[in-house]
Amino acid sequence: MSAWLAQHHAALASAFRRLLATPLTTFLSLLVIGIALTLPAAGYALLDNLRELGRNASGVQQISLFLSLDASKKEVADIESRLRSAAAGKWKFVPREDALKRLQKSEGMAEIVASLPRNPLPDAFIVEPANTEPEALEIMRKEIAGWPKVAHVQLDSAWVKRFDAFLKLGKLALWMLAGIFAAGLILVTFNTIRLQVMAQAMEIEVARMIGATDAFIRRPFYYFGALQGGLGGLLAALLVGAGLHLLAAPVADLAALYGGSFSLRRPGLLETGVLTAAGALLGWLGAQLSVSLSLRKFD
Amino acid sequence: MIVASDLSKRYPGGFEALKGIDFRIAAGQLVFITGHSGAGKTTLVKLIASIERPTSGSLIVNGQNLSALRRSALPYLRRNFGMVFQDQKLLFDRSVLDNVLLPLQIIGLPRRESIRRAQAALDKVGLLQREKARPIALSGGEQQRLAIARAVVNRPTVLIADEPTGNLDSESATEILEIFAAFHQVGVTVVIATHDQSWVARYCPNVLHLDHGRLP
Ligand SMILES: Nc1ncnc2c1ncn2[C@@H]1O[C@H](COP(=O)(O)OP(=O)(O)O)[C@@H](O)[C@H]1O
Ligand SMILES: [Mg+2]
Repeated sequence: MSAWLAQHHAALASAFRRLLATPLTTFLSLLVIGIALTLPAAGYALLDNLRELGRNASGVQQISLFLSLDASKKEVADIESRLRSAAAGKWKFVPREDALKRLQKSEGMAEIVASLPRNPLPDAFIVEPANTEPEALEIMRKEIAGWPKVAHVQLDSAWVKRFDAFLKLGKLALWMLAGIFAAGLILVTFNTIRLQVMAQAMEIEVARMIGATDAFIRRPFYYFGALQGGLGGLLAALLVGAGLHLLAAPVADLAALYGGSFSLRRPGLLETGVLTAAGALLGWLGAQLSVSLSLRKFD
Repeated sequence: MIVASDLSKRYPGGFEALKGIDFRIAAGQLVFITGHSGAGKTTLVKLIASIERPTSGSLIVNGQNLSALRRSALPYLRRNFGMVFQDQKLLFDRSVLDNVLLPLQIIGLPRRESIRRAQAALDKVGLLQREKARPIALSGGEQQRLAIARAVVNRPTVLIADEPTGNLDSESATEILEIFAAFHQVGVTVVIATHDQSWVARYCPNVLHLDHGRLP
């Protein structure tokens, strides 16, 4: 057990020493990895904030529900009880007479309304849904449309749906971007480690001949890859955090202009941890591939 | 105890460096492997140290048959040997002490204990005051002694050296051989490959004389 610990400790120390031994190379590698991870991480932060923005804005969601002209009082009551049992949220009943009166009050409409032989407006409900998720709204719209005497259901903000579709597209693009940059990180690590194995050919050869196991020889490279990737991930989190910090004030000003308040969400401890771990994992993977290929010639 | 029977080694490419040799080395013996250049001394030494594997025949070291051993078991077997290579294979990118620490890192000895043992090994070969130096700063004889310190730091039961006096003047060479003799004296099996016959008379060792890959 203590031998095992000592070996891991030694491997980690040796990985650190290798990072520090070539500060410029290390700095450049970290920058490459950091920037590669910054792009998807920044995309994620952007989408995350847009989603937040969309959620705030969807407070004005309404569903308008128009009944047929021949709907009776009893049928109106039936719709109301259906709304109640569906726990739809808050709603307001707008009788057709009220709607007509309101129309008459509008500029220039009084005469036209007076000339009508009968009230052309239907009874209506204005529903403020409890659940404003776009999917939930759509489900509710379909359900209501199937009720008796419902002539037309209108979801008042189609833009929410478009926005949501846009977010979905953005998410997909983000995953693709992340995939490409993850592959890039693996390749960068692969190459760094390949060069290291070449530079340490002598040490590897000697160590093998005097009784080193494969694990002993590979371990420092794994630690190196994970360490380099992890530090790159951390750097990316810091870069994104710094970028959002710079944007915070202008965004708040912009939101104020539209009479709202909105503050940018910055990567927290969890996101930073996830990014660091992802970097470490990818670095480890690159090291694993590289070592497996580079060590073949020592067999 | 090392027992070889009908031991052969054919290199990839077809050259047969050892052609069916038989010998026996008892524990604690001092053995010289002699022969002309290209006779197969280095090949035999590498087979004994389990660095190369025999093509046919059997080689039994400490009761284990090398030809039958799994690849994953080789590292542990190799740790029984202290090896001084013909070209020394010192690591020039690290200090004298760090060179000697390598075998102990391989077996996972804690660092403090490792340093103590590495310094003891350097002391035995008279290099303790050079522990911080780089191998490149050492003379030929000192480099050879460093290689010996690295070979013995693990307290091997068998110490193997390939042409340890190769490029040394006779004074340094004598020093080196005295060190091996001292290890032999305390019970370590010592196997030395050399093309130099002049040492044989002096130490009266057991001799395996190779001639074109054969023992007479
Ligand atoms: N790795 C190798 N591949 C092919 N032939 C080799 C290899 N190593 C040694 N030989 C050949 O085997 C023969 C014996 O070599 P070696 O054991 O080094 O002899 P010695 O150490 O006695 O000079 C030589 O002819 C040499 O060319
Ligand atoms: Mg030789």
